[in-house]
Amino acid sequence: MSETTVSEANNGSDSQPSSISEVTIRLAGNSQDGIQSIGGFLARLAGRSEREVMTMMTIPSTISGGASIFQVRLGSGEVLSPGDKADVLFAFYQHSYDNHVNNLAKEGILVYDSDHVEPHEEWLTKYRHIGIAISSLTIEAIGGTARDKGKNIYALGLIGRMFSLNTEKLERLINERFSGKGESVVKTAMDAFQAGYRYHSDDLSNLFSLARGGAERSNQVVMSGNEAIGYGLIAAGVRFGAGYPITPWTDIMELLRRELPKYGGSFIQCEDEIASVSMAIGGSYGGRVAVTGSSGPGISLKTEAIGWAVMAEMPLVVIDIQRGGPSTGLPTDVEQSDLNIACYGGHGDSPRVVLAASDVEDCFYTAIEAVNIARKYSVPVFVLSDQAIATRIEAFNEPDLNTICNDIKLDLSPVPSHKPYDLSSGDGLSRHRAPGTRIEDGRYPVVTGLEHDESGHPSGDAVNHISMTKKRRNKLKTLADELPAPEIFGPESGDVLLVGWGSTRGPLLEAVEQLSNGGYTLSTMHMKHINPLPTGLEDILPRFKSVYIVEMNDGGVYGYGQLAGILRARYADARIKGINKTAARRWKVSEIIERVKARLEEEAAV
Amino acid sequence: MSDSATLEQPTQDAGDRQPVTKKEITADHPTWCPGCGDFSVLSIYYKLIQKRNIPHENVTTVAGIGCSSRFPYFVQAHGVHYIHGRALSFASGLSLSRPDLHVFTFGGDGDAFSIGGNHFVHTARKNVKMTYVVMDNCVYGLTKKQTSPTSPLGFRSKTDGWGALDRPINPMKLAISAGATFVARTTHTNPKHLLEMMDAAMDHDGFSFIECLSECTEFYPGAFDASNPRKGGEFNLVPEDHDLTDEAAAYALASEDFPGRFGIFYQVDRPTKNALEAGVIEAAQDKFEGKSSSDILQATFNRIK
Repeated sequence: MSETTVSEANNGSDSQPSSISEVTIRLAGNSQDGIQSIGGFLARLAGRSEREVMTMMTIPSTISGGASIFQVRLGSGEVLSPGDKADVLFAFYQHSYDNHVNNLAKEGILVYDSDHVEPHEEWLTKYRHIGIAISSLTIEAIGGTARDKGKNIYALGLIGRMFSLNTEKLERLINERFSGKGESVVKTAMDAFQAGYRYHSDDLSNLFSLARGGAERSNQVVMSGNEAIGYGLIAAGVRFGAGYPITPWTDIMELLRRELPKYGGSFIQCEDEIASVSMAIGGSYGGRVAVTGSSGPGISLKTEAIGWAVMAEMPLVVIDIQRGGPSTGLPTDVEQSDLNIACYGGHGDSPRVVLAASDVEDCFYTAIEAVNIARKYSVPVFVLSDQAIATRIEAFNEPDLNTICNDIKLDLSPVPSHKPYDLSSGDGLSRHRAPGTRIEDGRYPVVTGLEHDESGHPSGDAVNHISMTKKRRNKLKTLADELPAPEIFGPESGDVLLVGWGSTRGPLLEAVEQLSNGGYTLSTMHMKHINPLPTGLEDILPRFKSVYIVEMNDGGVYGYGQLAGILRARYADARIKGINKTAARRWKVSEIIERVKARLEEEAAV
Repeated sequence: MSDSATLEQPTQDAGDRQPVTKKEITADHPTWCPGCGDFSVLSIYYKLIQKRNIPHENVTTVAGIGCSSRFPYFVQAHGVHYIHGRALSFASGLSLSRPDLHVFTFGGDGDAFSIGGNHFVHTARKNVKMTYVVMDNCVYGLTKKQTSPTSPLGFRSKTDGWGALDRPINPMKLAISAGATFVARTTHTNPKHLLEMMDAAMDHDGFSFIECLSECTEFYPGAFDASNPRKGGEFNLVPEDHDLTDEAAAYALASEDFPGRFGIFYQVDRPTKNALEAGVIEAAQDKFEGKSSSDILQATFNRIK
């Protein structure tokens, strides 16, 4: 069997399904249609399958009634991004049809609900159209409700048929998903699925089958980036936190509120962002590191308290699910424009740690790393994620929880004496003693936001302020020496290095793979540790002729974005330039390729 | 690693140790001006710690920003000097994650009712277990005489040279309406009464709020003379027949003209946030008796495969 893409395979109709290596499906409808749950089923199917990997994402989700989209990319090999263009578009309404045709690949297939969509003449010749009366057929199958429920499961049946998916596994998933809601609900869902699967059309039957992947994969778990952060925090031993609802951070707080009690912990919903960061810091002071988080304006509100945690050297994990800014900005769109506030937000010199997660799996492990750094260095640690990975669902290898999971013990063992801000340790690290700890010499610590002496009492002494400022900064230098150098894909030296951080990892890797025969060498480096920068980076950058920082933020007044600014300040290297995007949409692989090519041509012309 | 995911809680037992002495509990000399009412609150706090025989290591004092919020530096015990207005939120996080401690929070009228007003309302509503003593001097002292949220109308300050224009907050009414379960009023000039109130507040299972009139001799001298018999004023207790659980009656007491009444205005039993969260935890853990954290997380992961 040959392995091809959908558009190639689509050129002839054959009774045998064509084998394809990957496919991108976009479902467009309204948010109440349960379009996202189709994605959930397909992701779980991938997680349980030994041969397909897939990844997917939602693009703007709105309150009930708004347009909603879900894009799924299924593949036999490693899938790095949700795909640029869709091979198949499912359009449930006229607006879905009208607004998303331009996202369909050349010779893509357009499946539309003929109850709601009137196809346009000029597009009929351009794309293969398959009209199915999805709404009325669903109603016919599950008993005539006018509420349009079940269309999503019917569509799932159609997808199962089109791509010869494993129906046995899909049915089991449907059963698991609905079994809590009673037998009749399961039966209704199953009826809808089977009706979709059995829908007969010469156009549709067994169009494609996904090729087998390479090696057998171990067990996989399936979750969104936000869920991965929540479970990572739990695995690392976080048992207390506080927050305030704001999109797209809210899922994490809902998860922690729901899950933490099982572990003897709690997550508190507060009256505002300032209360929630303060409550979390209070929890950390109690002896076990706590978490708060937010998005957009919520992060701005928390900055004063985070500055206190820097000054008082209190461990804290701050999750920032970035969205478009400034101000209320674009609440449901992606942007990487919080790097500066994470690194520098707040008054005064306030060194803190900033990590960025690159995909769903990395969200899990980054959350764990953040907790461990916060504990060891008594410092606030930011975890930056963004809207693109927050809601994206991916399957990844099941973590070995037995070795990963940690229960942080409350240590109240008496100590002979204690200085909360001991200057005698060269690495700048100090350790707190929680209330309840007996200090045998009777000198108890005060933790404070005022500049303080070693025991925490106020001091305006110039020499002391110099020493304490140095202490707070030096522990980040200690950390920098322990951090691994960032991963480089492609040649270790050469013409062009594309540097990314956060959710751009997948698209950058694909871009480098696709661009590798351009007559120049191309590499990409992905940064997870941004503040402090890992020691060793200074040796990597000079090995490349051009260094472009690819970010989803503005190039600013001087032509480079937020990470580029940090790197230029650190390495004083004018070759560091920005490739920036502010369209509030994720980078497409093709866009990166075009921008890099254009930049190289520009520079060659000079 | 423990076998169960239940969080262990330490005990409050001082064993056969002697109560902490005044010398042991005294730290830096206060930065307050001579004659400041806050001295009286500090010395009563020392007395309370000794009277209640709180183990030295369990004394935990939290404050925000302001003259009175310097308090934790003057107590030789675990202490927190947090940011302006947010001490209650910090203390809530501590109280909820460490229910074994009785947390004391101290602050002034600016901290409590102006910048921290929202947190006051919500900490009261949630009934987080702790004692909050507001040393109310009706003026901003640390920044040297600006109008505070409790400055009376007409009070001449550097921000209202012509006399305060904005209607002051009535702390007792605010606390009662917000849902505080223990609301009391006292004054620094009556240390015996102050100790009584702090003692009763500590006995209360919930958010116990005390407004303590505390004169700023520097920027608002004589503010509370009308409540001080030694200065020709009257110290009127809450009437003996007052029903502590009667919200409307408490509100009526709070409406009396200055110097008003002193004592407990309102006290009711309502489950604390601490108890309610503990109930949620208990119910959630029922199904996971004896399971380790990794077992519990594994069970969740098994469902999302």
